[in-house]
Amino acid sequence: MAPAIAIAGLVKTFGSTRALDGLDLTVETGEVYGFLGPNGSGKTTTIRVLLGMLRADSGRVSLLGGDPWRDAVALHRRLAYVPGEVSLWPNLSGGEVIDLLSRLRGDLNRRRRDDLLDRFELDPTKKARTYSKGNRQKVGLVAALASDAELLLLDEPTSGLDPLMEAVFQDCIREVKAQGRTVLLSSHILAEVEALCDRLSIIRLGRVEQTGTLDEMRQLTRTSITAEIEKPATGLADLEGVHGLEVDGTKVRFDVDTEYLDAAVRRLGELGIRSLLSHPPTLEELFLRHYGDELAKEPGSAGGSGKR
Amino acid sequence: MTELTGTLQLLRLNLRRDRIRIGIWIASIVALVAVTVPSIKALFPTQAALDQAAAASQNNAAAIAFNGPAQGLNSVGGQVAFQLGAGGMVLVALMSLFMMGRLTRGEEEAGRVELLRSLPVGRHASTMAALVTLTAMNLAVGGLTFIALLAQGLSTVGSLVFGASFIVVGLFFAAVALLAAQITENTRAVYGSAGAVLGAAYVMRAVGDIGDGTLSWFSPIGLAQKTRPFAGERWWPLLPLLAFVVLLIGAAIVLAARRDHGAGLVAPQPGRSTASPSLGNPIGLAVRLQRGTLIGWGIGVAVGGIAYGWIAPTVDSFIAQNKQLAEMMASAGGASLIDSYFATSFRIMALIATGFAIQSALRLRGEETAMRAESVLATPISRLRWAASHLTVACAGCVVLLAVAGLSTGLSYVAGGGAWSSVPRLLGAALVYAPAMWLMVGLTFAIFGLVPRLVDVAWAVLAACFLIGFLAVILKIPDWVQRLSPFERIPQLPAEHLTVLPLIVISAIAAGFILVGLGGLQRRDVGY
Repeated sequence: MAPAIAIAGLVKTFGSTRALDGLDLTVETGEVYGFLGPNGSGKTTTIRVLLGMLRADSGRVSLLGGDPWRDAVALHRRLAYVPGEVSLWPNLSGGEVIDLLSRLRGDLNRRRRDDLLDRFELDPTKKARTYSKGNRQKVGLVAALASDAELLLLDEPTSGLDPLMEAVFQDCIREVKAQGRTVLLSSHILAEVEALCDRLSIIRLGRVEQTGTLDEMRQLTRTSITAEIEKPATGLADLEGVHGLEVDGTKVRFDVDTEYLDAAVRRLGELGIRSLLSHPPTLEELFLRHYGDELAKEPGSAGGSGKR
Repeated sequence: MTELTGTLQLLRLNLRRDRIRIGIWIASIVALVAVTVPSIKALFPTQAALDQAAAASQNNAAAIAFNGPAQGLNSVGGQVAFQLGAGGMVLVALMSLFMMGRLTRGEEEAGRVELLRSLPVGRHASTMAALVTLTAMNLAVGGLTFIALLAQGLSTVGSLVFGASFIVVGLFFAAVALLAAQITENTRAVYGSAGAVLGAAYVMRAVGDIGDGTLSWFSPIGLAQKTRPFAGERWWPLLPLLAFVVLLIGAAIVLAARRDHGAGLVAPQPGRSTASPSLGNPIGLAVRLQRGTLIGWGIGVAVGGIAYGWIAPTVDSFIAQNKQLAEMMASAGGASLIDSYFATSFRIMALIATGFAIQSALRLRGEETAMRAESVLATPISRLRWAASHLTVACAGCVVLLAVAGLSTGLSYVAGGGAWSSVPRLLGAALVYAPAMWLMVGLTFAIFGLVPRLVDVAWAVLAACFLIGFLAVILKIPDWVQRLSPFERIPQLPAEHLTVLPLIVISAIAAGFILVGLGGLQRRDVGY
C-alpha cells in the first residue's frame, strides 16, 4: 500500500527566506506520526503544501496517492484539517461553523458531532466572537473529528486546551488510530507526541533532522544513571560514552550514551551495586538536547519565517 | 490623570503605523481644493462670466440639491465653496469616521488594545490618542486648505471660514464614530452607523436647501455651509456644531468607562446550535457573511433615492417657471432638465453603490488574510467555487442596490405627484449601471488574483471615477481620460436613448477581468 504522505526533497521559498530546504517525510497509512520542531522550523509550511494552499518550488509531494496541488478538491474529500490558530467567522455560532465545515466536506454526522460537543464540553450556541482561544480550537477539533476522513492533518491542534481536554483529545486520536485512519500531528506538547505517536520526525530550518520511532531515537541519546555503590568509584570516568560524572561518597550520577550502557552497568556491577536508578531520556530531553546544543552554536541563524 | 498614562506613546504608534494612510487622506483632499481654484478661474475668466454662471445656478434646484445653497456665486471664492463645499465635507467626514473606527474599535476587535492595556497604559489612553490623531488630521486638512485658498488670492476671512468648516465637520464625524465604537463591538457596524449619520446629514441639507432652508440647520453639513464662506462670512453657526462635538465625546467617554473591554453596550445574543440548511455550501456562506453589509447599503441607497425623488418635482416646477430655459433645452434637441437631473442622480447613486461592489469583492481578500479561507479551501471546495460564491453575491448585490435606487426614486417621485409610468422608466435608468459596477467587481478581483497585496488600489480607481464623474469640467480632465471610466460609457438614461453595445462591451470586459483574476488565483499561493 502506498504511504499516506510521501515527501522528498521539498523546497519552498518566500522571497529570500528558504522556509523548506529539501524536506523528506514518509507517513504510512494507519500510523499516528509526530511532527516536531521549534517555532518557524517549517511545520506549518509543510502542512500548507500538503493542503494545496502553497505550491512547492521543487521536490516530490504525494498525498493519499495524489498531487496535493493538482488534485486538491478530490483529496480534500478524504482528509480533515485543524489549524494551530482556528480562525472563525465572528458572527457565526460554533455550532453553525461545525455544521458548515462538515457539510462543505460532505459528511455531517450529527450523532458523532453531538457526542464530541459533549466530550469537549463546548457550548455550540455561542458566537465565535465570544469564544476563548481554547474554545475556538475545540470548534476546529470537533469539526475535524466528527468526519470520517481517512487522514487527519493536525497543526498544533491542542494549543490553548486545558489538561482535561488534552486527555479527551488523546482518547479521540486513539479511537481514530484504532479505526485504521492516519494522523499527522504537528505539536509542541512532547508528552502528547510521546503518548500518541508511532513514529516521529524532528524538523529544523526546513529540513528533517531525525526520523524514527521513539525507541530508535532514544538509542541515539543518553540514559541517566544514579547508583549507590560499595567500593570507591574508580574507572568510571575513563569509560567511553560516560558524561557528567558526579561522585558524592558512595553515590554516583552520570549520563551514558545508550550504545555504551552495557559497559557502564557492567563496571558498576564490579563496584557492587546497592541501588540503581536509570531512566531513558524523555522526548523533552531529546528535544532540548537537540536544539539546546545546536541553537547555541548558531546564534541568529535560526530566525524562522513564522507562520505563513 | 493615570487614566491617560501612555497617551503620547500611543499617539506616536498611531502616526507611525498609519503614516501612509494619513498622508494620502490629507494630501488628496487638499490637492482637490488646490486644483479646483485655478480651474474655476480658467472656467470663468471675467466678472461677466461669473455673473452669468451665478444667474444660471441661482435657481437651479438640481445643482443646489447636489452642492448646497447658492451664495456668493458671482465670485471665484463663492464658486469654489459651491462646487467643492459639500463634496469636500463628505470627504473629510469619511476620512474622520473611517480613521476613528479603525483606531478605536478596529484595534480593540483585533485584540491589540488588550495587549497595550496590560502595560502601564491608562484606560482612556488609546481613546485619547485616537482623538488627538483625528484632531491633528482635521487641523492639517483645514489649515492646508486655508493656505491653498489664500495662496491663490482668495480673501483671508473666507478662506479661514472655509477651512474651519472642514475642521469642525471632520471633528463632528470623528466624534460620531467614537460614540458608535462604544455601542457596538463590530467595527463594520461602526462604519455603517456613522456612515448612516453622514448620509442623513447630506440628504437633510439637500432637502432643506431646495425648500425654505429650515432642515439644513439640523444637518452638520448644512450648518457648516451657513457660515457663508466668501459670501458675507459668519462664525457662529460653527459654535453649536462644536458644542455637539464636545457632547458626543463626553458621552463616548462616559460609556467607555462603563463598559467592559472588548464588549459593546449591546450584549451579543446566543446563536443557533446547528446551522440552517442554507448554510451548507459556499454561496450560502457568502450570502450569510455579506447580507448585513448589503442590507446596510440598501437602506442608504433607498434613503438617497427617496430624497432625489422627493426633490424632483421642485426641479420640474423650476423648468415650468423658466420658459426661456425650457425652450432652449428643447431646441437643442436635448433632454428635459428633469431627465438630466434623474440621470445625474442615478450616476451618483451608482458610484456610491460601487463602494459596496468593491467591499464585497474584497471580502475574498479579507477571508484570506484572516485565514478563514484556509478552513473552507481545506474542504473539497475548489478555489474557483469559493471565489465564485463571493463574486456572485457581489454582482447580484449590485443589481439589487440599483433596483432599490430606481424603485425608491420612482416611488418617491410618484408620491410627490409624478406619473406612475415613470417608475419602470427610472428602474431601467438605474439598472443600466450594472455592467459598470460589475467591471469594478472584476477589476478588484483581477488585482486580488494577480497581486493580492495591492487590492486596495481598487478604491483609488473608484475615487478616480468619482472625480471624472463630477469634476471633469472643473478640473479640465482630458476627454480620453474621461472615457476610461466605465460610468462615462453607460448611456445616461432617461436623458439619453438606450444603446446596448456599450453595455455588452463593458460586461465583456468585466468577465475578462474575472477570468484573469481566476487565472491568477489558481496559480498563486493562498494565505498570505
